Amino acid sequence: MQVQVNGDAMELPSGATVATLIEQMALAGKRLAVEVNEDIVPRSQHPDFVLSDGDRVEVVHAIGGG
Amino acid sequence: MSETPAIQLPEDKPLEIAGRTYQSRLLVGTGKYRDMMETGHAIEASGAEIVTVAVRRTNLGQNPDEPNLLDVISPEHYTILPNTAGCYTAKDAVRTCKLARELLDGHDLVKLEVLGEEKTLYPNMTETLVAAEELIKDGFKIMVYCSDDPLLAKRLEEMGCVAIMPLGAPIGSGLGIQNRYNIRLIVENASVPVLVDAGVGTASDATIAMELGCDGVLMNTAIAQAKDPIRMANAMRLGIEAGRESYLAGRMPKKLYASASSPIDGTFF
Repeated sequence: MQVQVNGDAMELPSGATVATLIEQMALAGKRLAVEVNEDIVPRSQHPDFVLSDGDRVEVVHAIGGG
Repeated sequence: MSETPAIQLPEDKPLEIAGRTYQSRLLVGTGKYRDMMETGHAIEASGAEIVTVAVRRTNLGQNPDEPNLLDVISPEHYTILPNTAGCYTAKDAVRTCKLARELLDGHDLVKLEVLGEEKTLYPNMTETLVAAEELIKDGFKIMVYCSDDPLLAKRLEEMGCVAIMPLGAPIGSGLGIQNRYNIRLIVENASVPVLVDAGVGTASDATIAMELGCDGVLMNTAIAQAKDPIRMANAMRLGIEAGRESYLAGRMPKKLYASASSPIDGTFF
């Protein structure tokens, strides 16, 4: 299946969870936040939240700003 | 460094925002620094306890050689104030705040800024009001970047914003406080902290903001883009303290003509 991650298309095996995605992005253990189709997916739900084809995912972190 | 005067002055009350107290009245951003080390050192020199950060996609600002910003500016040591910089609509600002709250494990203090257009980065106040209402309903504590309109500032306070942050001049312009009269009016009318956010260029600008009675100043570019950011961070710390002390002391009245400081009586000529 294909999902949009931070604006880019990404292929993921069906049944992939948010945790799978974060692992694939090599971001496991990092301080980040995830939104799927404009709704927050709390950290505690990352291992259980199954992604669907066409989902729009945002993975964000804190960077320098004023 | 100046020595502590032998005379004990009455202690100032600390800055209180959303039920937490802070000794420092200088709030700083983390953008535009050369690297993470400079960011960390400048912030330390500034003495700031509240530090703003931006929220962006992980593919941005990720240099594998550098630590994560929140490892350098740790939420254990600083109050992290995520901003909604770059948002031009209420909707985007609300989404950004929700992501920030998730990112910071439920920490709900945010700096709301909804921008109007790129050239001036002037706040879009109609969108700001819409976002503020929705965020407050959702339990956020909002420090709001706003225009220096005293009526809108009061309205934001009445809505429940925990701090009002009018601009002194456009973001990153370094022009200093352009409308002291309005800042003064906002301060006089407010019962929540008022902080000048944006426009400060050098330490005397920060001092002026504090002399007007502001509770604090938030700045980024004035420190980060100085030739020596760490030294400027220290200068800003001192400028804020000088301005606050001056405000508490109460300045002399301005006069049109001279008034001799030495006695006129007893001259021998």
